[in-house]
Amino acid sequence: MEFFKNTNIDFLGKKWYFLAFSLVFSVAGLLSIFFWHGVPRGVEFEGGTLVDVKFASTPNFDALRSELDRAGLHKPKLQPLGAATNNEVLIALEQKETSEASLDQGKNQIIKALSSSAPEGKQDLNNSNVQAIQDALVQRDPLHVGVNVGGRYQVEAQKIVDYRDKVKGGVLGSFDELKKATSPEVVSALQNDFYLSNFGVRSVQIVGPQVGAQLRKQAILAILYSLAGMLVYLWFRFEMIYGVAAVVAVFHDTLITIGAFSLTNQEISLTVIAAILTLVGYSMNDTIVVFDRIRENVKLLRRESLAEIVNKSINQTLSRTILTSGLTFLTVLSLYLFGGEVLKGFSFALVIGILIGTYSSIAIAAPMLVAYQEWRSSRSDRRPAPVAIDSARKEKVRVKA
Amino acid sequence: MQKNLLGKTAFIIAILVIFVYGIFGIPQKWNGEGLKEALLQRIHLGLDLKGGTHLILQVQVNDAVNADSDIAIERLKDLLSKNKISYGDIYKPDPASHPEQIVIKGVPPDAIGSLRNNVLDTAAYQQQYDVSSGPDNSYVLSLKPARADEIRQQAVTQAIETIRQRIDALGVSEPLIEEHGLGNYQILIQLPGVDPDRAIGIISSTAMLEVRGAVDQRVYGSEREALDAHQGMLPPNAVLMHGSSIGSRDTGPKDEVYVLNRSSVVTGRDIRDAEPTTKGDTGAPIVSFSLYSDGGNRFGDFTRAHVGDYLAIVLDNRVVEFATIKQEIDDQGIIEGGFTQQSAKDLSIKLKSGALPAGIKILEESSVGPSLGIDSIRQGVTAAIVGMVVVMLFMLFYYRFAGINADLALILNLVILLGFLGFSGATLTLPGIAGVILTIGMGVDSNVLIFERIREELRNGKSPGAAVDQGFGKAWITIIDTHVTTIVSAFILIIFGTGPVRGFAITLICGLLANLFTAVFVSRVIFDAVLQRKQRTQELSI
Repeated sequence: MEFFKNTNIDFLGKKWYFLAFSLVFSVAGLLSIFFWHGVPRGVEFEGGTLVDVKFASTPNFDALRSELDRAGLHKPKLQPLGAATNNEVLIALEQKETSEASLDQGKNQIIKALSSSAPEGKQDLNNSNVQAIQDALVQRDPLHVGVNVGGRYQVEAQKIVDYRDKVKGGVLGSFDELKKATSPEVVSALQNDFYLSNFGVRSVQIVGPQVGAQLRKQAILAILYSLAGMLVYLWFRFEMIYGVAAVVAVFHDTLITIGAFSLTNQEISLTVIAAILTLVGYSMNDTIVVFDRIRENVKLLRRESLAEIVNKSINQTLSRTILTSGLTFLTVLSLYLFGGEVLKGFSFALVIGILIGTYSSIAIAAPMLVAYQEWRSSRSDRRPAPVAIDSARKEKVRVKA
Repeated sequence: MQKNLLGKTAFIIAILVIFVYGIFGIPQKWNGEGLKEALLQRIHLGLDLKGGTHLILQVQVNDAVNADSDIAIERLKDLLSKNKISYGDIYKPDPASHPEQIVIKGVPPDAIGSLRNNVLDTAAYQQQYDVSSGPDNSYVLSLKPARADEIRQQAVTQAIETIRQRIDALGVSEPLIEEHGLGNYQILIQLPGVDPDRAIGIISSTAMLEVRGAVDQRVYGSEREALDAHQGMLPPNAVLMHGSSIGSRDTGPKDEVYVLNRSSVVTGRDIRDAEPTTKGDTGAPIVSFSLYSDGGNRFGDFTRAHVGDYLAIVLDNRVVEFATIKQEIDDQGIIEGGFTQQSAKDLSIKLKSGALPAGIKILEESSVGPSLGIDSIRQGVTAAIVGMVVVMLFMLFYYRFAGINADLALILNLVILLGFLGFSGATLTLPGIAGVILTIGMGVDSNVLIFERIREELRNGKSPGAAVDQGFGKAWITIIDTHVTTIVSAFILIIFGTGPVRGFAITLICGLLANLFTAVFVSRVIFDAVLQRKQRTQELSI
């Protein structure tokens, strides 16, 4: 079966539509970046505190907010994670809540606020590690083991923690639930030293201002370096103008992807930068496939104008372009749908970027080659067939190589 | 041809076996559980998947330079008085931002010749310092930049060593402690499955221990009070220090001021060993320490001469113990401090490993709990399987027989990728799983390129054999180009990224390299094998 058989679409004829389309999206993104949401930066770049908390029952956001307020945290950002039944909330504090001297002050305040109803002298089982549980059990020795107490209770403690983390998603609702994991004696012994809060901390991320600034610089450098790397490679493999056209197209993709983050007010995290760098490579892939074909056809079809050759090349590779982009898009979409909250931003960047990257190789990079040739031949009054020059030059390069 | 094909097939099977071994090793049990266990043993999961703490620390390297210039000042003072050169003051004008600068002031004009000849112009000083003269016969000694850098770098190396000892004593498995290549004098630490607060407590405290004699036996409520008791002027060798000793700590933490000797009798360097134990009569946790013979002698001399006086144990510039010397103590000492079992153990770990050469500031802390890691694995694997199944079904549907070919290549691609992770000990992170998923999508790109080319050649009337030949030949260059560009950007990620992001780049690069082999070589062998069985004229199912 085949979707695209002998297509003959005049892509270059539609270049003004393409230009308009790209302009609309780039400008919308830029407007949002400069006048609306800015570039929403994740905690790695901005500095601050992020605490991912899972509750045993549906959290009441207003109550949560007022508890945090009482603890002196006045502007926490609360964001539900995943489906509502997930009972998971991301609590974000700005940089200024994180004091220079003790970076984890904000985190400690959050945890203190959440466990405000803790009974005196007991530890929270939902936020204790194996070691703490083991120590408590060794003291009590509910199973009267006698020999190798430490090892025996380490096994029990591990069972309890595994049950909590693997089966209950990190939060136990009641001590009774634990009877599925360990013996009733152990459970009742635990109740002497532990209580159950209604939350478990799933992850913490705290970034000081220094690291934020450092990473911002590095992220921008990384993107620029990879664009430069591409330019050099294409220059080496093709010709300068091919490199420039491809880099312009990829820059356009990057801009629109970042614009999409700004428009939807999603934060750009480190992994999003990784996704953008991947896109730089991926979008370049598509462009190269088309360029390779153009180069091949320039040698084969010396009579035709560059515009015709480019059109033909795009059509010949269209099937491949759409198929592979479609397949990569499907895998990325699967990542976006099933990959979980941690990778949301990453997969969003890829979903947008793959669409735009495919479009730009057809609609931006290839037409730029033609535009450049037309501009060059309009400057020199002689009218040599630009293609001929091109292929002749290419041949020279070949010989050298 | 026949033989050649057999050889190639054998080669592919060998590769398959080797990399399957890379993924699983030799499992203990041949069931689902056993395979899973074997898999987890071979493939190292990143912190974001198995849970753990990641820290970036700033070593305050200027502390080390300051320590060096403090010693240099003492040495200068000695040297000047030995040469009978009088001076007004020797000091550091700006210890915070220029710890490497020392100023000598107030040397009388007739002594300047001697100062230059006997001190500043000697080889020892010329090698280490840039000397310039300032106003009013003052001289500025500035540590040569290369030497200052060396001291800073040493501080980082020492800090890493000290931290490693402390973490090893905690019993953390597979910790990563290394200089953070992206920053200046920073350390990157990754600890799987540790309670972050405890780890941070142990890592970041300098743990500089000193034992000092007390100038007076009283304990003051504030610096003011202490100064007043000495008529506003401390004796020359005395210094004020804050803290709270064991007796007063029972009533909650208090800040008290002590008047102690400026110099310490023993320091952390003299400590040979430290152990958490319990006190005989009360059973309260304490830390006992023993000294090397050198420090032990000094301690013995001091305590013999001062029986009945007080001494203070100072930890990180805070007094933790203030007690009477009851008898001569040689090389043993204890610290009581209202410890819990855990804090006594932690302190002994810190004392044993020695003090950090410079202060440490935490720049970044992130920890992932095991429950989130488990969810992430589940979601990542689900996404990978769904993505893979969709792609494989599509290839079957669209290219029919050639689809099987591509799917086989894809599976082998994954096996090689995972096997490589198993062999190399590279870490699989959550973005790394995303890298695996992307490899599936991008890997199939090579197959599509080749298949589309073959179809084109067939359409142009070539025979199946020639079409396959041409298809592979022409697509090859394009495949190289596309792989190089992606690998270039992934490579930049390896340079700039840490942890999870680097894991992503590594899996992507491995996946793409494996893809060159599977999509081009393996796929070709399968085509050849099929073509061989067919009649020349028979159609190719693509």
